[in-house]
Amino acid sequence: MIRAILIFNNHGKPRLSKFYEHYTEDTEQQIIRETFHLVSKRDENVCNFLEGGMLIGGSDYKLIYRHYATLYFVFCVDSSESELGILDLIQVFVETLDKCFENVCELDLIFHVDKVHNILAEMVMGGMVLETNMNEIIMQVDAQNKMENTFLWELFIGIKPEIGSNFK
Amino acid sequence: MSPSVPLQEMIRAIRSARTQCEERGVIQRECAAIRAQFRQADNGGRSHNLAKLLYVHMLGYPAHFGQMECVRMIASSRYSEKRVGYLGAMMLLDEKQDASLLITNSIKNDLSHSNQYVQSLALCTLACMGSAEMCRDLAPEIDRLLRASNSYIKKKAALCAVHIVRKVHELGELFAPAARSLLSEKNHGVLHGAVVLITELCERSSESLERFRKTVPDLVQIMKGLVISGYSPEHDVAGISDPFLQVRLLRLLRILGRNNETASDAMNDLLAQVATNTDSTKTVGNAVLYETVLTVLDIKSESGLRVLAVNILGRFLLNNDRNIRYIAMTSLQKIVGTDHNAVQRHRGTIVDCLKDQDASVKRRALDLSLALVSASNIRSMMKELLLFLSSCPPELRSQAANGIFTAAERYAPSKRWHIDTILHVLITAGGDVRDETVPNLIQLITNTSELHCYTVHKLYRALLSDISQQSLVQVACWCIGEYGDLLLRGDCQEVEPMQVCEDDVLDALETVLQSHMSSTATRGFALTATMKLSTRITDNVDRIRSIVSIYGSCIDLELQQRAVEYNALFKKYDHMRYAKKDSTHFCCCGVILFCSVNSFAFNVILEPECEQLTMHVLTLYGLTL
Repeated sequence: MIRAILIFNNHGKPRLSKFYEHYTEDTEQQIIRETFHLVSKRDENVCNFLEGGMLIGGSDYKLIYRHYATLYFVFCVDSSESELGILDLIQVFVETLDKCFENVCELDLIFHVDKVHNILAEMVMGGMVLETNMNEIIMQVDAQNKMENTFLWELFIGIKPEIGSNFK
Repeated sequence: MSPSVPLQEMIRAIRSARTQCEERGVIQRECAAIRAQFRQADNGGRSHNLAKLLYVHMLGYPAHFGQMECVRMIASSRYSEKRVGYLGAMMLLDEKQDASLLITNSIKNDLSHSNQYVQSLALCTLACMGSAEMCRDLAPEIDRLLRASNSYIKKKAALCAVHIVRKVHELGELFAPAARSLLSEKNHGVLHGAVVLITELCERSSESLERFRKTVPDLVQIMKGLVISGYSPEHDVAGISDPFLQVRLLRLLRILGRNNETASDAMNDLLAQVATNTDSTKTVGNAVLYETVLTVLDIKSESGLRVLAVNILGRFLLNNDRNIRYIAMTSLQKIVGTDHNAVQRHRGTIVDCLKDQDASVKRRALDLSLALVSASNIRSMMKELLLFLSSCPPELRSQAANGIFTAAERYAPSKRWHIDTILHVLITAGGDVRDETVPNLIQLITNTSELHCYTVHKLYRALLSDISQQSLVQVACWCIGEYGDLLLRGDCQEVEPMQVCEDDVLDALETVLQSHMSSTATRGFALTATMKLSTRITDNVDRIRSIVSIYGSCIDLELQQRAVEYNALFKKYDHMRYAKKDSTHFCCCGVILFCSVNSFAFNVILEPECEQLTMHVLTLYGLTL
């Protein structure tokens, strides 16, 4: 199971943080800081796996990370995930972002963090890998974006939620 | 309307803040504006506000006031608002908040919505933060979706079911039939979800495991299809057809084939095929190979296949890519218990990895090396491990030191080697060993009477060179106190001769007592040792008496108490000091003193002559035997 997915830059500023287990806000920030501290100490040519953080999960978890230019993509996983598989998943994630944003760079992630969340939601759900086919992911994300922009969609609602009408 | 534009303006404003204080100010103003907006009635910009709040939450600022807004947005009929509402629910809500119960009904309605994307939002949120009650309520809905919907929804429903089973184990029974039927789907996403669900069910209950064993032929068929089929562009990653699904299938086969002959037989051919045909020049191929190897080694496979698997691991170990080496060592660790000899063949490479620059690789190599130590290779392995200890990164030191002690205890070829090894560790990494090391070492030394002379000489020398390692100093002090006469006699054959006079010994102990590096416990040891020496040396008793009496007014309570009691011993029982020169009496007295101040249970064998003396000492301490 994937416990958390973090993206932060070379100075430790978080660009995306998705936790699949609940932690308080303080703990979340502590985890981000600790992860940055561990990952930034690594050389360029060492392996992409890290152990030894004490915060999430104790000794069963590993950090699998990849460093692309100014960003670190870090997946905190436990022993039930294949380490090499997760490395490939990070690659697929980055390639998908690249396709969706046209030569993605850090600024894209900063200003469109909600879009990144939507893309991630098509790949990983509840801490488990959902879809790994890049074209399928992009197709679904495009369809959902189109739905957001269509104002007339509301006229074609099937079932109107009951509680919704009370809140309107 | 997409929430992006006002969100971007806020992000720009936050980024233009030059200091942390300015940033806090900007965020506080924004949060106040957002709070005011939430209180107003429905306006067109609700989703923008929540999106801004989520961004602020990611930076670490409190955002709990947005929880009710999430609930409201989820119930809205606009897709853009629903989307942000669900995202907010996943980030801000959890089981412990009461607000999470309020969205159960919304999720239920959305699960039967006509639009698949609304359904998928609900499924995603339920899978991320669904509590046990929510799962119980909504499980029948999920089961329905597993059977009758399109493949997009089916794959999400499958993973949602996994989450439900994790939260409420009994519901596994509900999903088993649907999971079984999903295996006949063609869509890879659905297959993947089905395999994950079946894996979860099998891990939870043994009846499910039995039931799903019957699906092994189907799984083998699917896997064969992936491996043999030609190039399929939509699932291809670097030449391997859907490696993620392959890895999942292999893992499930491993669980089903464990401890079961029939299931394992059905898989043998397939595993052999995958092991030989997979291209291992890229990471992807290696991921599949690695999983295959783990499966082969875990099920009841035939021996030819096992040999193949261990050879693949050996090849991994020599790979240039550090990732592959790391993975190889992780998997060797898993089989070192069962296939010990096979792993021993690669001991040389593993020991070389101890010298790698990468800390992760070092850690794996250390674990594996400690597991590979055996009676036959103890001497050479210990040399490597001690070398490693002197240069290893600080976070691995205590693990290495403790591992070395355990290994030395089990396989020591001789007592002298054992003592030497422990001393070496104490000199190199004395600060990182566990607390029981000191008493264990003392017990070991006491039981090795033929080496008392050698030990005390070595420890004395170590003490002279370095008094900063507390464990070492404590043991050294104890030894000097106990066997000081052997030290002074100076006729040990195993070490080079060294003339030690009484003043030198007392100098050494006094240095320890006065050094600011010594802890209170260490000073206690040194004081007791000084006292014990008073029965073993002849000329400098006055010097000892003065050292001890200084500590009669020491600030530390423990030291003061000891010093006062020792002073009393000096005064009251001086006539007994030289009454019997038999060393057993002095030893006996020393041991009791040592026992009482260190709360140890030692077996003290009393001879009749020293009983009187012993009883005197015991009454002094208020102890009984």
